[in-house]
Amino acid sequence: MVTINIDGQKLEAKEEQTILEVARENGIYIPTLCYNENLAPYGACRLCSVEISKGGRSRIVASCLYPVEEGLEVKTNSPRVVSNRRMIMELLLARCSQNEVIKRLASEMGVEQPPFRPEYWEDEDCILCGLCVRTCEEIVGRSAISLVNRGVNREVAPPFLEPSADCIGCGACAYVCPTGAIKMDDKDGTRVVYASNWKKEFKLKKCKVCGNYWAPEEQLEYIRKKLNLPADFFDVCPNCK
Amino acid sequence: MLQKLKSKRDVENLRKKIVAKREEGKPLVTVCNGTGCHASGSVAVIEAFRQEIGRQELADKVAIKATGCHGFCERGPIVVIQPGDIFYQQVKVDDMPQIVAETIIQGNVIDRLLYVDPATGKKYVHPSEVPFYRSQRRIVFGNNGEIAPDNIEDYIALGGYSALAKVLFDKSPEQVIEEVKKSGLRGRGGGGFPAGRKWESCRNAPGEPKYVIANCDEGDPGVYANRSLLEGNPHSVLEGLLIAAYAIGSHEGYIYVRNEYPLAVENATIAIKQAEESGFLGKNILGSGFDFIVHINRGGGAFVCGESTALMASLEGRVGEPRAKYVHTAEKGLWDKPSNLNNVETLANVPLIINKGADWFTAIGTEGSKGTKIFSLVGKVNNTGLVEVPMGMTLREVIYDIGGGIKEGKRFKGVQTGGPSGGVIPESMLDMPVDFDELTKAGSMMGSGGMIVMDEDTCMVDTARYFLTFLEEESCGKCVPCREGIKRMRQILDDITEGKGEESDIELLERISATLKDTSLCALGATAANPVLTTLHYFRDEYEAHIKDKRCPAGVCKALIQYYIIDEKCVGCRLCEKACPVEAITFMGKKKPVVLDQSKCIKCGICKDVCNLGAVGVK
Amino acid sequence: MHKKVAAIINKYDADKGQLISILQDIQAEFHYLRKKDLTQVSDTMGVPLSQVYSVATFFKAFTLKPRGKHLVNVCLGTACHVRGASKVLEQIERSLKVSRGETTSDLKFTLETVNCMGCCALGPVVKIDDEYFGEMNAGKVDSLLAQY
Repeated sequence: MVTINIDGQKLEAKEEQTILEVARENGIYIPTLCYNENLAPYGACRLCSVEISKGGRSRIVASCLYPVEEGLEVKTNSPRVVSNRRMIMELLLARCSQNEVIKRLASEMGVEQPPFRPEYWEDEDCILCGLCVRTCEEIVGRSAISLVNRGVNREVAPPFLEPSADCIGCGACAYVCPTGAIKMDDKDGTRVVYASNWKKEFKLKKCKVCGNYWAPEEQLEYIRKKLNLPADFFDVCPNCK
Repeated sequence: MLQKLKSKRDVENLRKKIVAKREEGKPLVTVCNGTGCHASGSVAVIEAFRQEIGRQELADKVAIKATGCHGFCERGPIVVIQPGDIFYQQVKVDDMPQIVAETIIQGNVIDRLLYVDPATGKKYVHPSEVPFYRSQRRIVFGNNGEIAPDNIEDYIALGGYSALAKVLFDKSPEQVIEEVKKSGLRGRGGGGFPAGRKWESCRNAPGEPKYVIANCDEGDPGVYANRSLLEGNPHSVLEGLLIAAYAIGSHEGYIYVRNEYPLAVENATIAIKQAEESGFLGKNILGSGFDFIVHINRGGGAFVCGESTALMASLEGRVGEPRAKYVHTAEKGLWDKPSNLNNVETLANVPLIINKGADWFTAIGTEGSKGTKIFSLVGKVNNTGLVEVPMGMTLREVIYDIGGGIKEGKRFKGVQTGGPSGGVIPESMLDMPVDFDELTKAGSMMGSGGMIVMDEDTCMVDTARYFLTFLEEESCGKCVPCREGIKRMRQILDDITEGKGEESDIELLERISATLKDTSLCALGATAANPVLTTLHYFRDEYEAHIKDKRCPAGVCKALIQYYIIDEKCVGCRLCEKACPVEAITFMGKKKPVVLDQSKCIKCGICKDVCNLGAVGVK
Repeated sequence: MHKKVAAIINKYDADKGQLISILQDIQAEFHYLRKKDLTQVSDTMGVPLSQVYSVATFFKAFTLKPRGKHLVNVCLGTACHVRGASKVLEQIERSLKVSRGETTSDLKFTLETVNCMGCCALGPVVKIDDEYFGEMNAGKVDSLLAQY
């Protein structure tokens, strides 16, 4: 166990913890976008940046990744932190100038519009946080989509921008997306999982008992094979079982 | 098949044997075959030598050696002739018969092939006297002139691998680390981190296996020092890597070479094969019980892979995305194991330190920066090439004494050091000693050794824009500040160079710069603002001219300049008219100046390029 | 399934860490990375296709589109830039009617740029296939391209 100091508060922490984990445990707010406690921290959005000092020297680090150590002093709202956070938000807003989630988050931080010329504002929804990709890889285990290209051309996409053979339509990516860049619609026995540059359609399985469509056949088939379940295992939906 | 050496004594005996075999006084023609001379036609020169010597039936009396880069790239192809230590420059295929007949057979010097100092008109015969070389201290790079990269015997003849033998049999790993720490050797790739300390933390880090990596992913545009070192003297890097491996306790290593350097990859591959055959690699090296194998990996064309964690990611078959370095790669690096990464120049210094001692090394350089550094001295300088100087030499000495001053007698404006992570240093600071800390204090950095000289015709705003464009293309795209911030800065710089700048732009550039520096995930983003910040600091008047007056004082930014015909000089030869891609120039009759239609002109500059009379001006 | 691709994968013992080397060899063989080859790599090595695709699109060395007969490479290193390389590039783009990174419709030329070839003394430098052309300026472009 180590003792650290966040915003003047002395807190106990386990040695393997990050600043963000300790802050959250103790109800101290640090904004994040690319963080999810079920996934390994990624450090892409940099919104969680905080100011640390140890032995007189201070610097800015990503709290989702920085490991705690004895005597660490953390400031989550110093002027330096606030101005950095603001600029990151301005950069995100310039990229996603019409996205409601980003607009609201920016507004909460006092950012009403990006400081750049309006003709350069973009209309993206995806902030390239990678939550969808990492979820598909780490939790679902399919790696159907990935981050492709480099730099300003980076985007989330299935291979060759074609419906991925590895995608089972579970919708976890849509669920975890913070900005609604990936959506999922179920209608008339068909599920569509889609983003601005790709989509895949799935036939939904119909329950033999109640007649409701409840999950993509591909997804159920994947689970059935993985757990070695009998062929008719998913013919009846969980509600009717 | 090379003889496999099985002991420390075997190495020394082989060296003696090779040296004895080389007859003193036997004529030797050394031709530089480094990439620069390659592009100037050295291959044809070498072939012409062989043919001429064959024609004169001297094939068994005269030796020819194609070596790596000699450094004086401006004057290539370069030929050095022994006996006599005669230095010929800008040698052409047609010079062969004369060189063989007069210099090799008769021992006479051919004046017109000697280097002439343009300032004094004086001629120099020996390389050591040539002003370009005179002030250099070529402890690492100098051996390039003696080594044919595909012949390990050349390296051994110079004492190669004796440091390895010494280390394996006479020193413990801890002693090796102590020696390197004592030498003060700092990383030559850009970080400037003390090599000995890095080795020590890697050695002490828990976990097996440990990896050592030689970084030759030299990505700074305008720098080719690492390339020439690995191409010309691959064994020096290999020996340094072996010593590092022994000190750290690693048995497997990588040499990571930039994809755009196929010759370096080829020569390193040959060197590894010959080292294996000779017993310097593999199991039970020289009978010491120490094992080590090495792989060569090529980069995929990504500047960011020069960064250690991105490099390691690509060695794991993943994209070159850096990761946070809160936990150092010395503890968790390649495959999450303790890994030591050093630049190839850093490693090439190691055998010298082992053989000559840390005290010898610390006698060279400054308090905080020991030893020498190889710089790529390029741009608007007369003597373009690779120079190796002791740390502490001033920029003025490098640019003027060694570099021969500014091309075409123009005025010096600035020197860009440290690549895209560095900055431009103005005339007022030319007497600054070149040293890690001094360069950082000036807002720039040493980086991998780039020194791009700029003159009055270089626009500093355009320079800043150039670097941002480069970085925008090379950013991996993972983190918001770098991916989005650099893009926005580049857009602002584009606008300024197109005459669309606004007063508030400078403050905005500074704000974005601060966030880049503070919150970027890796050094690419964190240092991306340096070119902008230094040019703003030292050349603010140029920014203001572009923004307020919509003027480019250096005459570079297309939207702000105009090409015009200097009527008094134009004789109506029609060269420009024919070359103009948009037919903006009209012939008005013989001996009359042509007319340039500004409304059609696209500012391509071709008219100025083709005019032999200087009748096209820029304002 | 292509024999040559299988041989390349074998050469590197199907080591996942050598994915980039494997793709480089495949591209050297077929001049670009074809979808079927990338799929074969993924299936054989057990690396998700999405990861192979990410790597193929991240590194500038790789192209997923066929390349032209002649590769025109313009150096945009700082030393060449300062000597006017951008004007040379612009004229080549005008002449060939393609932008950097593109191939002419007759598949004769592919235009690429490199950030430093290491012959700064000769800058600006244009490399076509294996030949270097130094001290270029915009005025020399058309006659150079005419040689091909």
